[in-house]
Amino acid sequence: MTPSALQQGRIAYRRRRAVRSVLLAALSTAVTGTLLVVAVTGSPGWDRVKDAFFNLELGADAVPAILDGLWLNIRLLVVCAVAALALGLVVAVLRTLRGPVFFPARALATTYTYTFRGVPLIIVIYLFAFGIPGLRLQGTPGVLVLGGAALVVTYGAYLAEVFRAGIESVHPSQLAAARSLGLTYRQTMRHVVLPQAVRRVAPPLLNDTVALQKDVGLVSLAGPIDAVRAAQISTAETFNYTPYIVAAVLFVLLALPLIAVTDGVTMRAARRQNAGT
Amino acid sequence: MLLSISGVRKVFGASVVLEDLDLGVEEHQVVALIGASGSGKSTLLRCVNLLTEVDDGVIRLDGEDITDPRVNADRVRQKIGMVFQSYNLFPHMTVLDNITLAPTRVHRRTSKEAREQAREWLSRVGLSDKTDSYPDGLSGGQQQRVAIVRALVNSPRLLLLDEVTSALDPELVGEVLTMIRDLKTDGMTMVLATHEMGFARQVADKVAFLDGGRVLEEGPPERVLGDPTEARTRQFLARIIEAGRL
Repeated sequence: MTPSALQQGRIAYRRRRAVRSVLLAALSTAVTGTLLVVAVTGSPGWDRVKDAFFNLELGADAVPAILDGLWLNIRLLVVCAVAALALGLVVAVLRTLRGPVFFPARALATTYTYTFRGVPLIIVIYLFAFGIPGLRLQGTPGVLVLGGAALVVTYGAYLAEVFRAGIESVHPSQLAAARSLGLTYRQTMRHVVLPQAVRRVAPPLLNDTVALQKDVGLVSLAGPIDAVRAAQISTAETFNYTPYIVAAVLFVLLALPLIAVTDGVTMRAARRQNAGT
Repeated sequence: MLLSISGVRKVFGASVVLEDLDLGVEEHQVVALIGASGSGKSTLLRCVNLLTEVDDGVIRLDGEDITDPRVNADRVRQKIGMVFQSYNLFPHMTVLDNITLAPTRVHRRTSKEAREQAREWLSRVGLSDKTDSYPDGLSGGQQQRVAIVRALVNSPRLLLLDEVTSALDPELVGEVLTMIRDLKTDGMTMVLATHEMGFARQVADKVAFLDGGRVLEEGPPERVLGDPTEARTRQFLARIIEAGRL
């Protein structure tokens, strides 16, 4: 069926508007881009900065060492992210338990989240990596493991609060329905509350994982050489900052897939929530 | 007597919701609770299901005092089914999983057995094609029928229905009421809080009018709804008629 003349007029009008929008966006982007380039390259110190930060030759030389460091980042990230998510979930569930028997567990979990959200990560790494070996206990793991533990303990506290927010966001009527079917508190948590809670907080959880990706490098404070540390060593050798730029670009590339997943999950969650309305 | 409620009192802060309330329900009997919003109908049902603790009085199910704090509430709830005004289906589970959750986890039936039973019920209520749908893909009436099936597969001794049609569009009310009528034919014992006076008259063996936290008047529906003795009941019914709901 062909649309009426009225509708054809509307379609044509909307098409003209769309073309105009695209042209305007292109123009405005071109102007902004030109201004930025002119401002940076036209600045009095540009030639020196270009040489100190964007020296392709020195950058290429630093790549192998930085990639070696980055491999450490990736391994640490995977292990620490999984461990911190598990710890966060356990702590969040502990905080929801009721009854006098669980008072110590509740108190411990609450104290933990309050403490480790407050203490700077760098201090936790120092305490773990230098303090624990100082005890001279049998079988103390290496600094890399201790540094990883510091990351897990710190991020676990943040993730626990995200999980807890998710648990509390599940409507009480869901609990009433589950309990009235005869499910125990534990079964209600396991089958009804947690699946909904985790789905709801998946975007913020992934977001914290992106943040963790940048912070795993801080274990280098205790000795292990990560990507940033490797870049720093190259920089110290050549008095040129290009290795930092190389490391930064590699970090962004590493973060892109995770950020894309986060955005995807967030969008899907939003769409699902609006599906019913 | 299957359910006997005597002297029950419930207070929320400063407001007394139930006050010295008595009510009995015989096996296979259908009792309709009527009364204005806030008269305590929902609270009473939640007390029977132990979702809310009573502040005084005794509720007996099959002769057992279920308001005794030493009673295992999970075990009591296994004998009571409850259906809510807002369906309360689990949104992350399919219709089939919603229905089989309690049979498999609480009543320890095999997954195969539970699925078969669920499918049988779904075809009986005409929802076979929705087995693998998620709740948000169903109309309100369909969701409520699934919620009723979810309660029934546990073979409860008693079914509590809390204004189960109040959230439904008028044209969807019928399908849910038909299902409840069929349950009565099967001999299910039910207590239902409702605003559907016409339905209460048809399906209930006894109507109890709640006012000020007590059962002010109870009896056969024809008498309570047709010729009430209490002035408050007459007032309430007059308002319902005025609103065109009777």
